[in-house]
Amino acid sequence: MATAVIATRALEKHYQMGGQHLRALKGIDVSIAAGEFVAVMGPSGSGKSTFMNLLGCLDSPSLGQILLQGEDVTTLSAAQLARVRNKYIGFVFQQFNLLPRTTALDNVMLPLLYSTTPKHQAISRATECLQLVGLAQRMDHHPSQLSGGQQQRVAIARALVNQPALLLADEPTGALDTETGLEIMQLFQQLHQQGKTIVLVTHEPDIAAFASRQLMFRDGELIGDKGSQPQSAAAALQHFRQQRLAETAT
Amino acid sequence: MNSLTLLNVAAVALRVNLLRSILTMLGIIIGVAAVIIMLALGAGARYDVDQQIKSLGGNVFVVFARGRFMGGAREASGSSQGLTEMDALAIEQQIPQVNVAAPTLRASGQLIYGNLNWAPEIHGVDNRIYAAQSWQVVEGRTFSDTELNTAARVAVIGQTVKRELFGAGDALGQTVRVNKMPVTIIGVLNSKGQNTQGNDQDDLIFMPLDTVRKRIAGMTLSSPKAIRAIIVQVEDERDMADVEQQMDSLLRQRLRSSDSEPPFRIRNLSEMIATRSETMQIFNGLLAAVASVSLLVGGIGIMNIMLVSVTERTREIGLRMAVGAEPKVIMKQFLIEAVLLCGLGGAIGLALAVAVSLSLQYFAGFTAIIELYVVLMSVGFSCLIGIFFGYYPATKAAGLQPIDALRYE
Repeated sequence: MATAVIATRALEKHYQMGGQHLRALKGIDVSIAAGEFVAVMGPSGSGKSTFMNLLGCLDSPSLGQILLQGEDVTTLSAAQLARVRNKYIGFVFQQFNLLPRTTALDNVMLPLLYSTTPKHQAISRATECLQLVGLAQRMDHHPSQLSGGQQQRVAIARALVNQPALLLADEPTGALDTETGLEIMQLFQQLHQQGKTIVLVTHEPDIAAFASRQLMFRDGELIGDKGSQPQSAAAALQHFRQQRLAETAT
Repeated sequence: MNSLTLLNVAAVALRVNLLRSILTMLGIIIGVAAVIIMLALGAGARYDVDQQIKSLGGNVFVVFARGRFMGGAREASGSSQGLTEMDALAIEQQIPQVNVAAPTLRASGQLIYGNLNWAPEIHGVDNRIYAAQSWQVVEGRTFSDTELNTAARVAVIGQTVKRELFGAGDALGQTVRVNKMPVTIIGVLNSKGQNTQGNDQDDLIFMPLDTVRKRIAGMTLSSPKAIRAIIVQVEDERDMADVEQQMDSLLRQRLRSSDSEPPFRIRNLSEMIATRSETMQIFNGLLAAVASVSLLVGGIGIMNIMLVSVTERTREIGLRMAVGAEPKVIMKQFLIEAVLLCGLGGAIGLALAVAVSLSLQYFAGFTAIIELYVVLMSVGFSCLIGIFFGYYPATKAAGLQPIDALRYE
């Protein structure tokens, strides 16, 4: 097997909550290969968010190992983890987390500010990423001047700007209406087709169906790991729009 | 991420919350302005007092001839003449820090003009007295060399004498009698008013040394050039002690005195200067106390707002950390923000202080002097306040866990 983009070995995360010992993850072994589109599913409290944070190097595991592109990132310091995130990982959040009163272009450039990328190069790469998500015309707009879907596109451009090995999306459609959500999923599928490795956390089976592999979590354990032929988000979007048209007609 | 980029990020953050930034800066602005204005007025007051003391002769020594022991009985000070005009000349020429050394004699007598009479202090002087005691002749002229050399019967009078004898009338060219000798008034001095002891400084009359020596005093003088006192003006007040020592050894040498009690006595106004600097120290201490309180309050305001800012921007901090900002970079960002707030506040406070000081000077008649060190110190100090009070909020921001910060509602 080729080196996985990210792999976990007997991964455990424990919390201390009000004197109670909580085992949020109970020995997870997962390997994600380059070019995969993985959906992480499970009800709240299942450990999927904890798993996501560990994959994103936002947190350190209590036990076990995380290998990012074959390198052990388990025992790195906070500063070293920051550099790893800056170099290898792109984040998309449910609440977009854009900087207010800052243009779309500056928002997208943010990760490059914390790298050694020269400014002119940062601007050209951020511009490319905004073109890729279809917002080339709105580079000078502030988040408050953009719709929810557009804001999430800016966030996706920001996640892509450092050419990450792994794109992590935490409920990216959670704050959007169905149609916009489908548009965003269509964008993720396009990125997947271009060869990006994507891990997406969701509790909606409909959304998970657009991925090529589904991981099911329950009570801190991985209870399902299956590959499937992904549904087309483009087709779903078309279907949704036709249905709505039909509803308004009647 | 270099410091310039961080500065830019901080500037953007401050601009985004413009009103809040200005209100926060207000504490520092008022603090710095208050400090600078108070120090400017303090320096101005000090300057005024210095000028006053200078006009009184703060940089002046008086060397008296001391009374000698004569068979056990001690004569009055100055009655036995040891000092001569040569000694005055020697002090002036051999001690480089001395501006001028004016020889003087004193006599007493009655002035009579018409049916009026008056008894001022009668001084025998040469033309160096004007420089030594900061006198100006406002009417008429000073003595000519011929008048000085021939013991001419001429006089320059003080304002009080003029008022008492001539009232509002013209004094120049008038003849008064001094101990029955007719003397022509050739000049009138400027007015100095009372000295710190309440004595009228304008109640005097100047005549050439020889005139007093030969025609008025009726003194039995031990030397034809004998004088009673030398008034010595020093260029710089700070050289007073040094000059005193030099004069002491010079005069001991010239008068061949090795006694513990030399035949002269040196007095100055250093007591007055000591009092002045003591008062100034208390004044400056008070100013410093008020200044530090106002800056402290401003600094606490900065810390307060920075803490609010860190809390309010927790998600932003989380995001920045998620996309790769190291904790120390976050720390730097917030520190720079605090320093920028304080530095800007300091600069605005400085501008305000300059404006207020200038208008106080023009409209209220205060003397205000803004010294360079005050400017550098207050702006530098406000930046230090930024570092000091920005440190805790910055540490708090840097210590946040990215996941907790991202989830913060």
